[in-house]
Amino acid sequence: MKNNIRAKAFFAIPYISWLAVFVIVPIGLLIYQSLTNAQGHFTLANFHEFITSSVYLPMAFNSVFYALIITTITFIISFPAAYVLSRLKHRQLWLMLIILPTWINVLLKTYAFLGLLSKSGLINQLLLTLGFGTHNLLFNHVSFIFVAVYLELPFMLLPIYNSINEIDTDILKASRDLGAKPINTLRQLVLPLSINGIKSGIQAVFIPSLSLFMLTTLIGGNKVMTLGSAIELHFIVTQNWHMGSTIAIILILAMAVTMYFTRERGKQK
Amino acid sequence: MDKKVLPVIEFKNVGLSFDNNQILKNISFEIATGQFYTLLGPSGSGKSTILNLISGQLSADAGEILFDGKVINNIPAENRRVNTVFQNYALFPNMTVFDNVAFGPKLKKMPKDKIKAKVREMLALVKLEAFENRAIQELSGGQKQRVAIARALANEPEVLLLDEPLSALDYKLRKQMQSELRAIQKRLGITFIFVTHDQEEALAMSDWIFIMNDGKIQQNGTPVDIYDEPINHFVADFIGESNIINGVMKQDYLVNFVGKDFENLDAGMQLNEPVEVVLRPEDLDLVPVDQGKLIVTIADQSFRGDFYEITAIDDDGNEWKVQATNPSSVGARVGLDFGPEDIHVMRFNESEDDFDARIESYEGE
Repeated sequence: MKNNIRAKAFFAIPYISWLAVFVIVPIGLLIYQSLTNAQGHFTLANFHEFITSSVYLPMAFNSVFYALIITTITFIISFPAAYVLSRLKHRQLWLMLIILPTWINVLLKTYAFLGLLSKSGLINQLLLTLGFGTHNLLFNHVSFIFVAVYLELPFMLLPIYNSINEIDTDILKASRDLGAKPINTLRQLVLPLSINGIKSGIQAVFIPSLSLFMLTTLIGGNKVMTLGSAIELHFIVTQNWHMGSTIAIILILAMAVTMYFTRERGKQK
Repeated sequence: MDKKVLPVIEFKNVGLSFDNNQILKNISFEIATGQFYTLLGPSGSGKSTILNLISGQLSADAGEILFDGKVINNIPAENRRVNTVFQNYALFPNMTVFDNVAFGPKLKKMPKDKIKAKVREMLALVKLEAFENRAIQELSGGQKQRVAIARALANEPEVLLLDEPLSALDYKLRKQMQSELRAIQKRLGITFIFVTHDQEEALAMSDWIFIMNDGKIQQNGTPVDIYDEPINHFVADFIGESNIINGVMKQDYLVNFVGKDFENLDAGMQLNEPVEVVLRPEDLDLVPVDQGKLIVTIADQSFRGDFYEITAIDDDGNEWKVQATNPSSVGARVGLDFGPEDIHVMRFNESEDDFDARIESYEGE
């Protein structure tokens, strides 16, 4: 028994070390930085500034707002797609086509969109030949949301697909047998039975979307300022690590709240 | 079957194929109201396909399916007055027992107090009154089965379809559910169509059995008819235990097998027509050698609780299965005795209609 526990402790060493060096220590440093000023004195001024300044609160609101839009759009696309996918004959192939793009580096995909959407890009050339003239497709809210949705879509779709795929098809047959129209079956069975997948999908999309920063610059042309881009700004441009850490801590808290509300409740089988 | 009553379900030349595989081949039959029917056959024989065609989960390639005299080929499943009890129960895991049973009535927009009364009535019918608020995960297999039955019946179907509903239960529970299902059917007076591959279950429960094989109905009739007068090798072999021997019909009421002539009760065949002869193990008696119609040697004997199952070999090397109440001993020479009424003769490739016509021709109805 004792040996057993020792063996377990032994196998946990790599993970615990990793956790300590790359999670616990950095968060500790963030907390320390956020609670001190340039002179190294303890202070709550950074948090006070975050709450009272006219810069950070709108930024926080922006972050949540865009993350919500991105999450909503990916969900609206993913849920029906996952449902159809689970009924297809060659699901593995279709699934592969969705998974494949996630293996390519995000930065590469982002640059690909720059090429597609730029003034001399493929889409504008197409518009020009069709006689619609060229348009500013890049560096606005719409292009930012569009590319973000493209990048996040698989992370919403896969967990939903998995949970829908686990639903016994006889249950859906039984529903129809008892007189349910497809809309009834969807509302009373498919949605509730895939809720854990939906929650995972929301987690996997909403949380990363809160801290998007690269996209805001490259595709959004800095028209969209989120907490992510603010952190980047403080750490790299203005070198104010204390304020940057404060924003990071607030972001972490926001993520924790999201996790709490989308946690799995009671395994269903 | 009483043909004067309008059948509740009628299949007219129904066919169905999947990927060039003929699942059902030109099937026609009628189902009367208020009876307990069983579709019996090995897996892949097409019996579940028939259920799915009636419920509307599948649609036929050819032929017509009538319900209360109207063609229902194009009526969607949710609008048919039939409900199904599924093999794996298919209960809704996100709902309580009450909500499962109330699912159909709620969809019909019944008033709340009526739904409550209906659910209570159905749960009482399957003896689960105290289980209203239970989660599905808390139920045993037998209880899940009862909820599935209550849920299907709560919709007040004209016909209840049961797709191998008892196959997941253990022996004792299965026996108990068999008699309860039968009692429920009698009490409600609606038609039950029960699918099973278990011939004992079919014989015990049904008013009328359809024996399926290879996408066709091999024979239909009451359990006693089918057991006593199997129409072909498949049916004789599938229903109960049988000794099936090749023989020749010498003339009416005289059949020859294992080199001897025997009097029997079959007629209407050609002179010297090759036939198959069925003798049921329980119709054979072990007697002293000098009294036997056949002489055999006991090769194997096993105790089965209520009888001894004996395998004996005759002098031509044919195997005979015998069910005896008293034990014999392996290696003993004994006689086999049977009466003319125990010999059942089957023609090769005789259709059910021809079979019926021939029997009527010499039995005079």
